[in-house]
Amino acid sequence: MLKCQNLTKIYKSGENETKALDDVSFEIEKGEFVAIMGPSGSGKSTLMHILGALDNPTQGKYFLDGNNVSELSENQLAEIRKKQIGFVFQAFNLLPRTTVLRNVTLPLIYEETPREERRKMAEIALNAVKLDPERWNHLSNQISGGQMQRVAIARALVNNPSLILADEPTGNLDIKTGDFILETFKRLNKEYGHTIVLITHEEEVADWADRKIVIRDGKIIEDVTKNMKFKTGSK
Amino acid sequence: MLLSDTIFETFNAITANKARSGLTVLGIVIGIASVIAMLAIGTGAQKDIADKIKGIGSNLLMVMPGEQKSFGYAVRGGGGSAQTLTMDDVEAIQEDVDLVEEVAPSSSGKKQIVSSLSNTNTTVNGVTNNYADVKNIEMSEGIFISEKNNKGISKVVVLGQDVAINLFGEEAEVIGQKIRIEGINFSIIGVTESKGGSGMTNEDDAVYIPLSTYQQYLQGDDYLSLINLKVVDQDSMTKAQSQVEELLLARHKIDNSEDADFNIMNQADIVEMASSATQTFTILLGAVAGISLVVGGIGIMNMMLTNVTERTREIGLRKSIGAKKKDINQQFLFESIILTFIGGAAGILLGIGVALGVAKFGGISTEISMFSIVLAVGVSALIGIVFGYYPARRAANLNPIEALRYE
Ligand SMILES: Nc1ncnc2c1ncn2[C@@H]1O[C@H](COP(=O)(O)OP(=O)(O)OP(=O)(O)O)[C@@H](O)[C@H]1O
Ligand SMILES: [Mg+2]
Repeated sequence: MLKCQNLTKIYKSGENETKALDDVSFEIEKGEFVAIMGPSGSGKSTLMHILGALDNPTQGKYFLDGNNVSELSENQLAEIRKKQIGFVFQAFNLLPRTTVLRNVTLPLIYEETPREERRKMAEIALNAVKLDPERWNHLSNQISGGQMQRVAIARALVNNPSLILADEPTGNLDIKTGDFILETFKRLNKEYGHTIVLITHEEEVADWADRKIVIRDGKIIEDVTKNMKFKTGSK
Repeated sequence: MLLSDTIFETFNAITANKARSGLTVLGIVIGIASVIAMLAIGTGAQKDIADKIKGIGSNLLMVMPGEQKSFGYAVRGGGGSAQTLTMDDVEAIQEDVDLVEEVAPSSSGKKQIVSSLSNTNTTVNGVTNNYADVKNIEMSEGIFISEKNNKGISKVVVLGQDVAINLFGEEAEVIGQKIRIEGINFSIIGVTESKGGSGMTNEDDAVYIPLSTYQQYLQGDDYLSLINLKVVDQDSMTKAQSQVEELLLARHKIDNSEDADFNIMNQADIVEMASSATQTFTILLGAVAGISLVVGGIGIMNMMLTNVTERTREIGLRKSIGAKKKDINQQFLFESIILTFIGGAAGILLGIGVALGVAKFGGISTEISMFSIVLAVGVSALIGIVFGYYPARRAANLNPIEALRYE
């Protein structure tokens, strides 16, 4: 499904250069459920943005379904983001001063989904993240952090994407709600074959996944699939 | 993206941040309203002056003593002080030029006038009885200078409205009172109706005495400083002017009209003279209107650019969930158009309102011109759309993550 070849990402700000990713290579097959772990600042979000076709690597190649992403046109990228990828940002990135429901249906607008269907799809997504229907008409800046996180997840799920990329989707949630969402991910993965990649700090969350990739200082230091363990990377 | 969604997104974006949209619209409203109001005052004032000049009388010719050229150099008498026009010229015009209906000669000068209460410096006009008719002077009280007054070289005076107020105050009974001009006592026999002029065209700041009296007591000779001619109708103006010119050239024994020792002016000349005086005023108002347009434009620009940061993040988000550049451009262009349209409509209404208000409560006449509306709306809309749309277009060219991180 997706393949990274020698990905390097360097952030330049004035004199300073930060190497957020350093020669990262790996593949993820269709239908995998992968957890990415690593200390803060290790480059997890940077990697995720590249996987989501939202940002370009400084060096290296990224293939999505066999297409070299950096060679795709703007419109082709938009199509991929719209139809194939559901992205949950670490910082949520909800549209401010806009209702929960509108935030969740936003991707459907660009897909030109008929109006009647949008509401139904949004309801399914919001129920999947267990958000109280009472909150649906609240403005996005008038709900709690955990609720925002769930709205962000619902928005990523709403158009049934085959690849779900979630940057710490349960970081702000209590164990019960967090587990419910992880169950949803698991179900989407097992029953519908969606590919899921999530970032987490917690071992318990990573345990839901079938495969665990550990990053440190922009490099993969561990890549384990359940029941069989192997190591990659130079160190 | 469906059109209905574009409209809905626009509506949502505008209402989601009411303060921001409100301020943007306000910038446009002020820009447009100030230009419309300013130009309305400017054109109103210009038209006012033109109207007042027309009020003097539309088939009026004025003959003034002019430069006298002899032996190839000009002897400049300045203004109307050259001594070339006489009562004989007046009579000749009256008899020989049929197109001239009435001839009203006059002599005038600035004099100090003293009443029992006060004194003032004003123009004293020595006039004949038909002067009032030729110059459209109406009486508010009493009577105008008569033929009898002229024959008898009477020491009587008719005051202009302003002079009456300056000398005796408002609502005073002035008929029968006495004033002194250069030590000579004059009895007041009338006060003219106000014509509401200003500056050089103010006919309320003048007094009238018999021409004969003026020549004898104040001037000391028989020359005239002005001959006003009332032509039978407006179409005959040019013809009458050339006939009078011919006659006077012959009488003054001048062969070449370029050497004429008099000038004949018609209404058009006077309007032209006055409009050159109002030109400064127009330029000034134009500059003020231009400045308000620039200030308004900067206001609009400022509002549009201020929300770029927040909007850039929004654009990043929209792109990250699959919006195409086209979708973004379309939405923001539409939004700018709607904002400038609302602001434009409100601005036109406010501008017209201010112009009418100034006219009603400020006593200044205003004239709202289509030009000012088109100019103000055109410039504001251009600025609004360019600065609303251009930053959005630029943001749409960033990749989603760069846009989401924009500071
Ligand atoms: N826009 C940027 N400009 C400069 N440096 C950046 C930028 N974004 C990230 N970095 C740097 O790149 C490195 C990796 O950042 P990244 O956000 O990928 O970390 P992360 O693993 O997601 O951390 P966290 O667990 O705290 O979210 C960090 O050192 C960070 O400071
Ligand atoms: Mg991160």
